[in-house]
Amino acid sequence: MDLERVDQIIDKHQGEASSLIQVLLDIQSENHWLPRDALERVGRKLNVPYTRIHHIATFYKAFSLVPKGRHEVHICMGTACHVRGAARVLDTVRDATGIKPGETDLDLKFSLETVNCLGCCALGPVMEINGTTHGNMTPGQTAEVLKQYE
Amino acid sequence: MNEMRLTIDGREVTATEGMTVLEAARSAGIFIPTLCYHEKLEPYGGCRLCMVEAETRGRTSLVAACVYPAVDGLLVRTRSEKLDRIRKTILELLLAHAPESPVLLDLAAEYGAEVNRFEHQASFCIHCGLCVRYCAEVKQKHAVGFVDRGIRKEICFIPEIAAKECPDCQACFPLCPTSYLQSVYVLTEALAFPASAEAGKA
Repeated sequence: MDLERVDQIIDKHQGEASSLIQVLLDIQSENHWLPRDALERVGRKLNVPYTRIHHIATFYKAFSLVPKGRHEVHICMGTACHVRGAARVLDTVRDATGIKPGETDLDLKFSLETVNCLGCCALGPVMEINGTTHGNMTPGQTAEVLKQYE
Repeated sequence: MNEMRLTIDGREVTATEGMTVLEAARSAGIFIPTLCYHEKLEPYGGCRLCMVEAETRGRTSLVAACVYPAVDGLLVRTRSEKLDRIRKTILELLLAHAPESPVLLDLAAEYGAEVNRFEHQASFCIHCGLCVRYCAEVKQKHAVGFVDRGIRKEICFIPEIAAKECPDCQACFPLCPTSYLQSVYVLTEALAFPASAEAGKA
């Protein structure tokens, strides 16, 4: 991510130190992760010490300090999804992508994450990719859905 | 300045507005144990060891003395069976992280806390935040900070800042109740700026 874009995002929030989290969220949603130089730029511009930014960036799960894949796969492990076979869906995704929850594959295609409830238990087991919900997944369907993403 | 009168352990204590219960007690020479309190720093309320019973209008509540503002007519008890039990448990939980800390062991002897009551978890840091806050508030270097949260929360030096500021400062070292800070620093030094450390010695 180029630093000019980071500057634009900071300017959009009027360079207020109180908008720190909003700025970080904007960078995260555009870039999918928070590079070190971007964080340092934010710190200098908003006049917030780097330790504080680092604390916040490691505190919230929404932020990532390591590169994420182009497609973020979230598998619901909530009670309803668990009972309806979320573990098998997860296994299928792990087999298809070769990564464990919390990891990103080498060509930055997928990042895999387990979540505790996506709030649509009637559709369980649920898999969410880039914010799109795929409900009532079977292992077979899961593999099919993954193939649609490049 | 508004003068306030409160009773701490049966003694009349006067306090001025803006003082905390802990400061009022200290000014009267009444001891309340603390780990995260430092007179130069903003109150943090992290260690909870300064827990006291505060009674207003007949209601007693348990409050952290270092962050609880002194109010007129407040009745404070700094030692009771209940408080001793609470402090003992807090100490036992902290000792699970730093079983060898001299500060903790002294307090443990005072309150009868058992070092081995809880399974030891070798984190050594008790999250008092003294180093982090001292570096930020007094030195304003922001060389050390917290990362992550909950059970994975730990302190971390920022190598670039630490290499520049820490070799000549190290004012946070004596503050640490467990010596964990020093080991984190040595690790950072070894990983990030070993050469400059050699130059400093020569």
